[in-house]
Amino acid sequence: MRVELTEVQWLNVRQELPLHEFVRRSGLTEADLRYLVESGVLAPLDPQAPAWSFSADCLPLARTAGRLRRDLDLDGSGLAVALTLIERIEELETRVRELDVRLLREFPSG
Amino acid sequence: MLYKDYYEILGVPRAASAEEIKRAYRRLARKYHPDVSKEADAAEKFKDIAEAYQTLKDSEKRAAFDQLGQPRSGEQFRPPPDWQARYRDAPSAFEDMDLADLFAGLQGGRFRAGRASANIPVDGQDYEVSVPISLADAYHGTQVNLDLNLPEYDAQGVPHRTPYTFAARIPKGASDGQRLRVPGKGGKGLNGGHDGDLYLNISLRPHHLFRVAAHDVYLDLPLAPWEAALGTSVELPTPDGPVRLKIQPGTSSGRQLRLPGRGLPRPQGGAGDLFAIVQIVMPAALNERQRELFKQLDASSEFNPRAHYQQEVGHASRTH
Repeated sequence: MRVELTEVQWLNVRQELPLHEFVRRSGLTEADLRYLVESGVLAPLDPQAPAWSFSADCLPLARTAGRLRRDLDLDGSGLAVALTLIERIEELETRVRELDVRLLREFPSG
Repeated sequence: MLYKDYYEILGVPRAASAEEIKRAYRRLARKYHPDVSKEADAAEKFKDIAEAYQTLKDSEKRAAFDQLGQPRSGEQFRPPPDWQARYRDAPSAFEDMDLADLFAGLQGGRFRAGRASANIPVDGQDYEVSVPISLADAYHGTQVNLDLNLPEYDAQGVPHRTPYTFAARIPKGASDGQRLRVPGKGGKGLNGGHDGDLYLNISLRPHHLFRVAAHDVYLDLPLAPWEAALGTSVELPTPDGPVRLKIQPGTSSGRQLRLPGRGLPRPQGGAGDLFAIVQIVMPAALNERQRELFKQLDASSEFNPRAHYQQEVGHASRTH
């Protein structure tokens, strides 16, 4: 069995992916991606640029979109609604976690 | 090759219509899709559901699946000889093969000898694995061994699932819910297609003392009432080693003492903060002398911790 050491890449550092690569890695079609940008769910780094590029930290959300489209047969507007709700749930879960860690735990006295 | 009963997975009878199969898939996909489901093992369940649907929604693949007979689910099996004769170019070696890979290759009455023979570039599949790490790993970075079953193609181009292990260096600063990409370590691309990527979903294993939110770390700091009253100096454990913390006299329960930069390191540099939350804890029992001292304290103090109740109580008593 081969074991080799590999370096990983952060997804949240500033790394630009050109449109075609972002499309390929997300599993979305370019049309779906453009729809999601128009709906405000995903944003290219510079919407005015002649050729769009995206930040790598948008990739997890775009990949979620790609999976939902493939597995649940969602169209552009269905995707936009689902992604908005998924993001909202993630924000709330983060908030719940933050509040939870600030709560004091019960201590056995003595 | 392991047998999976695709009908059982979708919960439909073997005689189900195409429409019933589609309905069953949609219902199950909504319930178990890992991006929307909070069910435990949703990812595993959905993988089977999607695999079952990929085969049963296609009438040709469904017929070929039906002709496999009905071995028991989870049992090793080989397709019967007449089955192999019927499908041209069907693979002859079934060891380490995945049922899904077998049916993925079936098209137009023959197996396309895996995907290798078609001379078009095919991108390798992306894979996602969850990687639980400890708090110490997040502070200092670590190396994890990842075990994956990736398809490898034999001379006929038939995919066989091959166990594959490699080590990935997780840099310090990874936090809960973070995703890391390992470029080119997913499925191999064919005929010039891109190799797939491997995505690591990092989760922090719970720690018995420390709780983590993003890059901030929280820790309860129990104090005896006299320590809180008089002030003290305590040795505070931090994930990076113990520090000495001065407690001011008159520290109340619930107060958060912030130690800047003692939280989790951030990947871009810097670090979150560590918060010690004061909790005043009473001993379970007092001896005679201690009870006497508290009585003296009670008698000598005019402190009323419930002064802010006064207005309410006064209001309530007037209305009666």
